[in-house]
Amino acid sequence: MAIRRRDFLKAAGAAAVSVGLPRLARGADSAGIYDLERFGNARILHMTDTHAQLNPVYYREPSVNLGIGEMAGQPPHLVGRAFLDHFGIRPDSADAYAFTCFEFEKSAPRFGKLGGFAHLKTLIDRLRSDVGGAHSLLLDGGDLWQGTGLANTMQGRDMVEVANLLGIEAMTGHWEFTYGEQVLRDNLERFKGEFLAQNVFLTEEAAFNDAVAFDKATGRVFKPSTIKELGGHRVAVIGQAFPYVPIAHPKRFTPDWTFGLREDELQKHVEVLRRSEKVDAVILLSHNGMDVDLKLASRVTGIDVILGGHTHDAVPQPVAVKNAGGTTLVTNAGSNGKFLAVLDLALDKGKVSDVRYHLLPVYSELLKPDPAMAELIGKVRAAHVSDWSAKIATPDRLLYRRGNFQGPMDQLICTALRRELDAEIALSPGFRWGVTALSGQPMTMEDLLAETAISYPETYVQEMTGAQIKDVLEDVCDNLFNADPYYQQGGDMVRAGGLSYACTPANAIGNRISELRLDNGQALEAHGHYKVAGWASVNAQQGAPVWDVVAKYLRSGRMTPERLGPGVTLKGVDGNPGMVGQG
Amino acid sequence: MNAPPGPLATRRLILASVALIGLGNLPFGSRPAHAANDKYPEDAFKQKSQADAIKSLYGRSAEPSDKIKLDAPEIAENGAVVPISVTTTLDKVTSISFLVAENPNALAASYRIPEGTIPTVANRLKMAKTTNVLVIVEADGKLFSATKEVKVTVGGCGG
Repeated sequence: MAIRRRDFLKAAGAAAVSVGLPRLARGADSAGIYDLERFGNARILHMTDTHAQLNPVYYREPSVNLGIGEMAGQPPHLVGRAFLDHFGIRPDSADAYAFTCFEFEKSAPRFGKLGGFAHLKTLIDRLRSDVGGAHSLLLDGGDLWQGTGLANTMQGRDMVEVANLLGIEAMTGHWEFTYGEQVLRDNLERFKGEFLAQNVFLTEEAAFNDAVAFDKATGRVFKPSTIKELGGHRVAVIGQAFPYVPIAHPKRFTPDWTFGLREDELQKHVEVLRRSEKVDAVILLSHNGMDVDLKLASRVTGIDVILGGHTHDAVPQPVAVKNAGGTTLVTNAGSNGKFLAVLDLALDKGKVSDVRYHLLPVYSELLKPDPAMAELIGKVRAAHVSDWSAKIATPDRLLYRRGNFQGPMDQLICTALRRELDAEIALSPGFRWGVTALSGQPMTMEDLLAETAISYPETYVQEMTGAQIKDVLEDVCDNLFNADPYYQQGGDMVRAGGLSYACTPANAIGNRISELRLDNGQALEAHGHYKVAGWASVNAQQGAPVWDVVAKYLRSGRMTPERLGPGVTLKGVDGNPGMVGQG
Repeated sequence: MNAPPGPLATRRLILASVALIGLGNLPFGSRPAHAANDKYPEDAFKQKSQADAIKSLYGRSAEPSDKIKLDAPEIAENGAVVPISVTTTLDKVTSISFLVAENPNALAASYRIPEGTIPTVANRLKMAKTTNVLVIVEADGKLFSATKEVKVTVGGCGG
């Protein structure tokens, strides 16, 4: 169903912001959403975490995205109506549908799918031609090469071709690293833009063995930054890759490299760019996640804007963070190709004098797909996707993934793992990628791969004690809710099937998880032994790929995510605006 | 290698120039030559808790100091070899010690710093679990400290 232009104009406005003084303009209907007023002398377009979704998608934003302690009620930890109220978005608008979970099922048929690279291409070309080529720059924040069966099979080669046609000039990475060094380097050979990462270094052993690096003196594996001439000014873009690649993923993919936040190295690099290179603006293209970026902005000086990703937070306005050197704006631009961020800068000698920021939803029904990109997408898909187009199931309910603790899509995966692998408990990673399936619409293998396609998909079945299971839950929960964002890795809570528990996010590690019970109501015994199935382990596993296990279950005609126990009961978060109901 | 000596090479030189007194959780064979005049602090390495180890090693307590720069990862990539380094602008440094609060024996390493040596130590410590790393710097007869939590995680991702 096509959105009506009139509907849309009423609905969609654009947020504008001045440095240090956010100004709300959302809801204005004086111009089309994509007709941006000219501002400043340089335009940076930022996309991030598209997860290789070449075609438009449905993607339901979270109903649970809790902020704890100082982060409670602060962006990005607002959901549903609290989000709409905070940003002044009308509840019945297209923007409400794009940015929040508010009445998602009602709005999805009305406003349609978002994103798609052919639609993105049309929008990007238009926004660049509006300001003239020498005034614009296109950046990608990473997680571009992973998220679909096609990208996984082609190890990101398809996405490099797409990125080249799109005109991405610089990117950083996260899942890109999970194809291993050789594939990464081969892909980067073909990539016409630059891959930037100030925070990836050779391990001491690799440096000793003379491994390949961008800069042997510092041990930096990749170029840390690039300087672009924009509108007669010099703009530096520094890349910040996901800091915890060897922890969050199997270390075997990146044995020679060590990551981390590298705050000191970043500060020094900013100073070199400012003093020696005399740049007029410094942009950090970050895959830290929003909470980490907010803290980093308060400590590192000299960065004008952090264009952020990783945590998939679609935040309409930048957050202005004060630090010892001035103010840094922090953004996060959502995921799955749903949004394109437009950063317009008024550049002066040695400084950014003013800024406008728009996070534009990519409404696929309002944008004509670019023919050349549509053709390329058709070409790269043709070789593989026909094998994956047959229907394997029809969901009897909305299946979405995003949420701090659980979602029906992961519940279904957990149920399939338990049934197919005959386990009492299933654990499934709290990924934030993976698109939303509507009730009653056919689901194909391609759809299932969009929830599961990673380079370490092997399933496992192992015996664990109750104490070990609790430790895993505590450990992952601390990645979400540690009071210090630098100890957070992003992502959501590991999903548990066949197991219910209570969680008190505000407690310290070791004291958040309680009341663990199996589906039959029995309390989990610390010394008891349980058969646990799972996938995406950081240790090497031998089981069948998770997509085959889940597909087998679905093909048998069973489609219902089982949940016999109460699931996750949250404690101490009543009234938190990062939560709509329990979840 | 023709490349100019970078930080890695420098660090090796620095390590070579300081006298090693002991490594808590590693097999410890011979007594280091440079520490000839100092007795190996056997008792301190045997203590379980941080407080007892400090008491045994120094006999008094330390004050936090912002002149100590403790560099450690927020989240360890491998708990078996966590890179931790310390440098300080304090004058007259005579020793630098590393303690890991929840290791079976808290004292991990203690270095005697001879006069005229740049007070910088980089080492890799084995950590049993998420806990604080405490560094003690002895300077001009006084004790100073800095601490940082290092998380040792089972791994697994969201994003």
